[in-house]
Amino acid sequence: MNNLNILKPNKENLNTFILLGSFFIILSFLDILGSAFLEINITGFLPSGISYFSPLMIGFFGLHLIRIEYSGNRSLDKINKSLNSNNFNAILTLIIIFILIKYIPPMLNWFIFDADFAGSTKQDCTSGGACWVFVKVWIKRFMYGMYPDTEQWRINIAFLILFVSIGLIFLLPQKFKKYIIIYLLFIYPIIALNLISGGVFGLKWIETGAWGGLSLTLIVSAFALIFCFPVGMFLAMGRRSDLPAIKYCSIGFIELWRGVPLITVLFMSAVMFPMFLPDGTFMDKLMRVIIAITLFEAAYMAEVIRGGLQALPRGQYDAAKSLGMGYWRLHFLVILPQALKLVIPGIANTFLALVKDTPLIFVVGLLELAGMIGLAKTNPKWLGMAAEGYVFAGLVFWIICYAMSRYSQNLEKKLSTDR
Amino acid sequence: MNLKNPKTLIPQAITVLSLVLVIAYFAYNAQVNMGNRGISFGYGFLGQEASFDIGFSLIDYDGSMSYARAFLVGLLNTLLVSAIGIFFATLIGVTVGIGRLSSNYLIAKTAEVYVEIFRNIPLLLQLFFWYYAALRALPLPENAINIFDISYLTVKGWYVPKFIWTNFLIFLSSIVASIVAIIFVAKYARKQREEIGKHVPVFSISFGILILFPLITFLIGGVTLNFEIPVLSQMTSTIFNFKGGVSIIPELISLALALSMYTATFIAENVRAGILGVTKGQKEAAASIGLTKGQVLKLVVMPQALRIIIPPTTNQYLNLTKNSSLAAAIAYPDIVLVFAGTALMQTGRAVEIISITMGTYLLISLSISTLMNWYNKSVAIKEK
Repeated sequence: MNNLNILKPNKENLNTFILLGSFFIILSFLDILGSAFLEINITGFLPSGISYFSPLMIGFFGLHLIRIEYSGNRSLDKINKSLNSNNFNAILTLIIIFILIKYIPPMLNWFIFDADFAGSTKQDCTSGGACWVFVKVWIKRFMYGMYPDTEQWRINIAFLILFVSIGLIFLLPQKFKKYIIIYLLFIYPIIALNLISGGVFGLKWIETGAWGGLSLTLIVSAFALIFCFPVGMFLAMGRRSDLPAIKYCSIGFIELWRGVPLITVLFMSAVMFPMFLPDGTFMDKLMRVIIAITLFEAAYMAEVIRGGLQALPRGQYDAAKSLGMGYWRLHFLVILPQALKLVIPGIANTFLALVKDTPLIFVVGLLELAGMIGLAKTNPKWLGMAAEGYVFAGLVFWIICYAMSRYSQNLEKKLSTDR
Repeated sequence: MNLKNPKTLIPQAITVLSLVLVIAYFAYNAQVNMGNRGISFGYGFLGQEASFDIGFSLIDYDGSMSYARAFLVGLLNTLLVSAIGIFFATLIGVTVGIGRLSSNYLIAKTAEVYVEIFRNIPLLLQLFFWYYAALRALPLPENAINIFDISYLTVKGWYVPKFIWTNFLIFLSSIVASIVAIIFVAKYARKQREEIGKHVPVFSISFGILILFPLITFLIGGVTLNFEIPVLSQMTSTIFNFKGGVSIIPELISLALALSMYTATFIAENVRAGILGVTKGQKEAAASIGLTKGQVLKLVVMPQALRIIIPPTTNQYLNLTKNSSLAAAIAYPDIVLVFAGTALMQTGRAVEIISITMGTYLLISLSISTLMNWYNKSVAIKEK
């Protein structure tokens, strides 16, 4: 590598090298921009194999020229340190920049600049980009499923109450929080259920088969969230129990659910579970699904909570026992409050997994967001809209899940500084 | 613990009793229901003729074979896609995980964006996207994307050359023999190091063995390998298709893509956590006793990082295997689609079929976790 050292800058000839290096880097960018947007290949005179890699080679040479350990020029040092620290990094930097230049603009064009927003039929989509008209026309179905248009305010109100109450948790002083959480866990579900399904107070009865879209995703996740938490807690306590029968029943239950995929559990709830009920009894499909998801996620929740129980030092148990506390008081007053706080990130991750699992309910014929898109894309008037539909659904889920994961990360940070 | 103490006995008795009662109640109802429909519980149907076709199979199968055979086809397809998924998820996951720790800002950022995007979108949606949107956009066979003239990517699948072996068994046994030889070399090397402190270059010797043994079978063992390259042929005046070679169906491609890209994000986070979990002092201590950079990585950093990485990654492998059941959503003939779908529809034996399917997954899960626990134990710190 000695002979290459003449091509290495030092403090005296730095400016010449920077000038020369920048020239080559700019040349390589011109090359890639030309080939990406203008269909001009400025290195077309070279053999095709070399010409294809020419921007990479020119850029690499340019980066090599400007690489210096310490120049005193702050921005140059920053570039060298974070993008250009050695040959390997320089190549990787160039490859990533070139891939971005080549592929991001077409994606953006498809997504927004060439996309159609106006109109109401497939024929209005003429510009070649994404046809967001599809989403616009179907948005009510994507949000509410087959729920009658005139009754959709009921779903809106139910969710409005939910968001307001969650907002209140953050706004109100500590004293009231407890009551709101109790209300959210025990009273709100009943209100929401009656509001959405109707049949009381003169509200029209709407069968669960008509529920669908994003609201169904949220309903299923919300109910499963509420129920899986206590079930998981008791399973975790059962697994740590001294009583062998309870311990092994809990272990068996947890490992059974954790060992099988959710899809088979849903199949079971759909085709096998009705066989277990007396002939003629009917259990609502949505209810069966929520029970199935709850039991499934409760097993995962149990393992997370068990982690918290195990992490607590033995002294906590001994201290509580020495105060004369019994099993239940010991757990509910001393152990669980501490253990749950320890595993809040794990609980949040389980919730996140639950939300991401809800689209699977399509296997039993319930159509939430992903399922409604599957239905819409097979509509003869809207064939060929799969990409738009799934990108839209992906975006919606991404926003929900990303917000949740960000929140849990913040929580994790906050809690770790506490300790 | 005193078993006679009513305080410990009563809750247990109640638990067991209620469990037994619930199971008995369910079993009784199932008996009555099946009696009403004129079917009796039993696994005898497995021997009956399945009389449905499966689009993709690793072993010989047609409709005249039994349900048991159909089950085997589905199981093999599940294992195939899981194995492919695990391989690529590990590859992508390790690369992205290391990339996130790169000093190169662009690489670290790209890796982070990748993780944040693919981790937060439900797997099913990703699967649908690959299958219904991305792979449907591929060209028809007559305009296939040509990869080095030996392999073609089309909307109907990916056509790759087929390996035609003669005396494949000899080749296979040479691989097995070389693995056995490598194990002996490694054992010998360890003994040498521990007893007389002599360093044996295990890696280069094993690499040599792995190349040499199979090579010998080619030269004198009568093993030959030919390739059958897919060729475009005209079926009718407008329909073209590829003949020869192996066709990898789009269902398999999209399932493998979705599974590996989704699971890779979790593996990447595990790898990152594992490498970050090895404290700086360990590396500095290793460097200060004169180990080279490679030795530091191999002897100090990796053994400790692996200990952190392996248990959660095992979980991810298990998740991937279980998630492969989403195949049913895009009609890839895995065990759920073939058995819990088609076979159940035909026979109506819900209890038997669902129990077999769940039992199979349970068995796969338990065996992978046993295997990984065993491995985990072998790398764990042995405290004396």
